[in-house]
Amino acid sequence: MTATLLQGSRAIADSAIAAGCRFFAGYPMLPFTDLLEAMSAKMPDVGGTCINADSEIEAVNMVLGAGAAGARAATGSCGQGIALMQEAIAEAALNEVPMVVFNMARGQQDYWQATRGGGWGDYRTLTLAPKDVAEAVFHTQLLFHLADTYRAPVCLYGDYLVAHTHMSVDVGPIDFGPPPDKSWALDGTAGGTGHARQIWTWAMGRDDAPGPGPDIHWRRLAGKFAAMGDAEARYESFRCEDAEWVVVSFGTAGPFIDYVVEELRAEGLRVGSFRPITLWPFPESALFEAASRARGVLVYEVNAGQMIDDVRLALRGQVPASFIGGVSIDASGMRQGDLLTVAAIRSRVLDAIGVGSGDNG
Amino acid sequence: MSERSTGTVHIEGARRVASTRADLQVSEDHHLCPGCGHPVAWRILLEVIQELSLAQRAIGVVGHGCYTNIVRMADIDFLQCLHGRAPAVATGVKRVQPQAAVFTLQGDGDMASEGLAEVLHAAARAEKITAIMLNNGVFGDTGGQMTAASVVGQRTKTSLEGRTPELHGYPVPVAELVAALPGAAYVARGAVNTAGGVAQTKRYLKRAFETQTSGAGFSLVEVLTMCPTGWFVPTAEGPGYLAESMQPTYPTGALKDLHRPA
Repeated sequence: MTATLLQGSRAIADSAIAAGCRFFAGYPMLPFTDLLEAMSAKMPDVGGTCINADSEIEAVNMVLGAGAAGARAATGSCGQGIALMQEAIAEAALNEVPMVVFNMARGQQDYWQATRGGGWGDYRTLTLAPKDVAEAVFHTQLLFHLADTYRAPVCLYGDYLVAHTHMSVDVGPIDFGPPPDKSWALDGTAGGTGHARQIWTWAMGRDDAPGPGPDIHWRRLAGKFAAMGDAEARYESFRCEDAEWVVVSFGTAGPFIDYVVEELRAEGLRVGSFRPITLWPFPESALFEAASRARGVLVYEVNAGQMIDDVRLALRGQVPASFIGGVSIDASGMRQGDLLTVAAIRSRVLDAIGVGSGDNG
Repeated sequence: MSERSTGTVHIEGARRVASTRADLQVSEDHHLCPGCGHPVAWRILLEVIQELSLAQRAIGVVGHGCYTNIVRMADIDFLQCLHGRAPAVATGVKRVQPQAAVFTLQGDGDMASEGLAEVLHAAARAEKITAIMLNNGVFGDTGGQMTAASVVGQRTKTSLEGRTPELHGYPVPVAELVAALPGAAYVARGAVNTAGGVAQTKRYLKRAFETQTSGAGFSLVEVLTMCPTGWFVPTAEGPGYLAESMQPTYPTGALKDLHRPA
């Protein structure tokens, strides 16, 4: 293992290239910009392509073409630009083109966008939310593997802390086993043989070789996403075994929660931390189990309350869930505000469990 | 579809055997209206691919419109993509498969209305792809509404008294716009409403693919095609209507050819 001190965006770029990513396209937007710049600098060295596209719509559609032609391909933006990409992300889900989408978000207000999506049709996007740069490096390579395994678009939910923090990480290639088959990819060689390939959301096929058509195709896809939901949920649980109170958070908020939990444990309070690593599929049964002995679940997210919907679905009404997060943006509008601090989180947890400090952060 | 024909027709009296379809065509059912010009354009496209020996290098990126049905009747690798985005998608395909002959097939609604940015930027980047716009000046697939390419005076379901500059502005001449960009190496506009026009358009398509395979840059062929259904004219009047209504706005010819043989 070789650890290198790298800025998060640079580490993710190196990790993507180690995973075999050879096509990247994006449109600058902070805090995604550093990843685009890193890809632009690195891709020529490995014979890959990085295009500074002229819109997010163009970027994601380029990636759809590159993915359809068999490359490991990726794009990204932050939530606002990801909004422009939703049509193509849905298309890639429905015509089964693998791609990785890096949402280097400005905060935690894109949870619904990541887990519900804004495109049309019955699809889901598997989304990993790393807590730090090291986890993002691993998630990046895992995402390329999962995208190819399921022939589906998948997302990383990062943020400015992941994008800009420096951390010592190993960006070497990770072995996930043999690469999934890509004989479906278009290379042009099958034309005129009677076996030309098609990538088509409606899956109608040719007159001499009819496809399943949209009804059967979309039912099969629904089954595929259900299977992903069953197989791919990931989470981290910290000191939940005997917890009276379980605090649920995601992404870079997780380490703040863990720190507060350790502080409160030292003071004799039985508090635990639960973090979904996959936002979709949400680790429902794991959270239900982790919270099964608790008096209550506290949901901390730096938004108006989005993930709490999934928490309540997971708890099936058996354990009460209350919201202790909130909207908190700094003056630049580019990053989270004062609510993402140990002092503020500690205060809100204590208030919620009835031993309040009186100071609500 | 009915039983497959053999693709040849025997006319006993004349003792001739003539092909009724291109080699790469797997079906004679084009799924489109009587009098439609698109199948004519498809046929010469497929013939050009065959004649340039590109059948096992071709990848088509097809937008959304009546012409999307080419995917069902041609034996070529196809990616059916989102409306307007084919030049961006084709960019990704070509960069990954540089040896392939990558073309887009789009309508005027797809390219001039929804996707003008994508085609202009692909041309500006000098992508080694061939973009083909079938321009009938109307949204045929949705039943005859105005596109960005509808000519002044054209009656559509969203310009009932005819397109007027006061209300609707002016049509977008895609070929001229693309030709103005340094990255575009070959640009031409043909029409398939006459036998001579079909032959000329086929030469343009051939030249466009040769431009791509030589690596000279971006190529675009705009093809004026008939849509009697969307124009609300009798089927037989389609070719004449195209000449009278569209060609004054959209003159045919090669606009640009930077890749001249040595």
